[in-house]
Amino acid sequence: MQKIGVFVCWCGSNIAATVDVSAVSEALSHEPGVVYATNYQYMCSEAGQNTIKDAIKKYGLTGIVICSCSPRMHEATFRKTAAAAGLNPYMVEIANIREQCSWIHKDMATATEKAIILGKAAIAKVHLNAPLTASQSPVVKRALVIGGGIAGIQTALDIADAGFEVDIVEKSPTIGGKMSQLDKTFPTLDCAACILTPKMVDVAQHEKIKIYSYSEVEAVKGFVGNFEVTIRKKARYVNENVCTGCGLCTEKCPQKNVPNEFNLGMDKRRAIYIPFAQAVPKVATIDANYCMKLKTGKCGLCEKICTAGAIDYSQKDQLIEQKYGAIVVATGFNPIKLDNFEEYSYSQSPDVVTSLEFERITNAAGPTSGQLLRPSDGKHPHTIVFVQCVGSRDTSGCGKPYCSKICCMYTAKHAMLTREKYPDTDVYVFYIDVRTPGKNFDEFYRRAAEEYGVHYIKGMVGKVAPKADGKLMVQASDLISNEQLHIDADMVVLATAIEPDKSARPLATMLTASMDTNDFFTEAHPKLRPVESPTAGIFLSGTCQGPKDIPETVSQAGAAAAKVIGLLAKDTLTANPCVAHSDEMMCNGCSSCEKVCPYGAITYVDKEFRMPDRTVAIRRVAVVNEAVCQGCGACTVACPSGAMDLKGFSNSQIMAEVDAICK
Amino acid sequence: MDNKEKQKERILRVSGVNVLKCMKCGKCSGTCPSYDEMDYHPHQFVYMVEKGEIEPLLKSKSIYKCLSCFACVERCPRGVEPAKIVEAIRLEVIRKQGENHLKPNQIPQLLDEDLPQQAIVSAFRKYSK
Repeated sequence: MQKIGVFVCWCGSNIAATVDVSAVSEALSHEPGVVYATNYQYMCSEAGQNTIKDAIKKYGLTGIVICSCSPRMHEATFRKTAAAAGLNPYMVEIANIREQCSWIHKDMATATEKAIILGKAAIAKVHLNAPLTASQSPVVKRALVIGGGIAGIQTALDIADAGFEVDIVEKSPTIGGKMSQLDKTFPTLDCAACILTPKMVDVAQHEKIKIYSYSEVEAVKGFVGNFEVTIRKKARYVNENVCTGCGLCTEKCPQKNVPNEFNLGMDKRRAIYIPFAQAVPKVATIDANYCMKLKTGKCGLCEKICTAGAIDYSQKDQLIEQKYGAIVVATGFNPIKLDNFEEYSYSQSPDVVTSLEFERITNAAGPTSGQLLRPSDGKHPHTIVFVQCVGSRDTSGCGKPYCSKICCMYTAKHAMLTREKYPDTDVYVFYIDVRTPGKNFDEFYRRAAEEYGVHYIKGMVGKVAPKADGKLMVQASDLISNEQLHIDADMVVLATAIEPDKSARPLATMLTASMDTNDFFTEAHPKLRPVESPTAGIFLSGTCQGPKDIPETVSQAGAAAAKVIGLLAKDTLTANPCVAHSDEMMCNGCSSCEKVCPYGAITYVDKEFRMPDRTVAIRRVAVVNEAVCQGCGACTVACPSGAMDLKGFSNSQIMAEVDAICK
Repeated sequence: MDNKEKQKERILRVSGVNVLKCMKCGKCSGTCPSYDEMDYHPHQFVYMVEKGEIEPLLKSKSIYKCLSCFACVERCPRGVEPAKIVEAIRLEVIRKQGENHLKPNQIPQLLDEDLPQQAIVSAFRKYSK
């Protein structure tokens, strides 16, 4: 028989205003096994905790029940209290009489009655509790950052500066991400390359950072502190260690007709290429879809001219196995496809461009060398219409329901820079709302309107139609003057909604990290744990978690790094002892549990059993890897023979609670 | 519920439109090919129904200028369907025509030789209540 102490918390007036706390402690003191019951204003305070410690020692308590707030709030606190008084921390049960009782009821009599019932259920459970001991697992002191954009770069640098090894896996041939494609950055208008490329060089030169470029994560096994990751290093047909990045091959390659993805297909590159001048690593890559040597076996020019002898047509994909203690997801975003928005004539006129394309057109390293020229005829545009919210805040199913957050600011930037460089250009911005919360953001937008004379019009563009004279007819509404406008524009720029990169969804499955319906990674707590995934050991950095601009991405990247450093600084991790275990005498080897386990914690082994008549039988039974098990309990529900049970939440304990409630 | 509110409820029910979904972007009016012919424009229909100001819309010539091309429905980012509101207002006008009443002393001048007796009885039954 357990000796149980019951401690009822007032939580100031949070509980005491709706629940008669003395009646609860009085009623629970008569329950079987209860040797001590009391109530106190704040059980979680030092005085409250001392009451618990003293009672454990004085009455020799073997189990305690705390009637208080949710276990999410203070279970850890009270477990520590019990441990400090020499009681096994898993002999503590919490009856949630705040969130599940006092906060949701108004009537004191019913709330008190319910609080007593909840207390009785917890007492019934404690009777069946057994002391549990948490196991320790070592932490691999190396972090993996998936994605080499500004988010991944910043996270990697911060972790590496703290002295831990970091690997960056980037799927394209260079790190840098979307920021490397930008021209200027709002609201200070520094050149994106000028602030990004030094960071890329820092990454390349950091002795603690290793870059796996042109690589993807293939498989993830393991758990926090001990992830085993398989990385596929795609064949680039160039020996990275030998290539000097001289670029001679990229000038001589005869296959000139490959759309250049760095310039969003607005110009061409060769089949062997270096994405841009400041690429890191500055190593050439052969595009196997276009290389004539790889496709037909004829050519081989690059191999002949490469003085370093770096070309290797026989290169194969390489699989690399590596262990990590923590994984940071920084997979970033892409603009959405505009197939559902035919009214803007994006597919019909080359002069209708997305904002990212406009960014390339105005970039000195872009297809027009920074000259603002129309893609169709290479002439200076004199009237430019910017359309905001293209596909953002769209619940019709064509676009995305969320606000993409960055478009208001970059459109103000584009409009301002256009007026700055080409004052003879008329610039219109059609907006639904202008959203500029951020340091110096609203001032920036107002400057575009007031000092640069950008025409901001409240209303939406209904359609864009190419005209015979090469202009674009823009039909839009001006809601404030209540008229319909018809503008002959030379160019239309669409502030296209952004969406998480397509690689995020399969990656989330590999990591068992949760996502929302828009494929953004979910954080463990939207306010208090914004850079951690609910899955232990997985951290989030940048736009994979939600739309954000560069300053915010960099802050979040640093925050994620701090969390990783906190994890890697530990030598061992205490595992949750509330894990599944299988009674092998009852297990019938059906594999049901193995199939439902989301963590791959269950395996089957053939084991010898002595039978009653002195024979030996070999049976197939389930074995749980306690280090991998997260204690979700799916297996205990799936097991048809009742062999699988969860420590700390056994079937008998739950049934005892239910019985106590129904009595 | 006063008459104004009843009328609004009727428009909402008949059209099946939730006007509260509108985020006032004006894309409906930006896309409307009959915009210049209208006194009230598609986005105003949505907003005025939201405010319960149905009466001016009933008298508006816009309801006859709407082509029912459904471009506004197609392009609305929030799925509001303004054309269905215009349609509902048009229906409301047509239904109101049924409120014309027949009085017995008007009958003689409406009679003509070819009119069957039943038609007079039926019309009287329908329009005298």
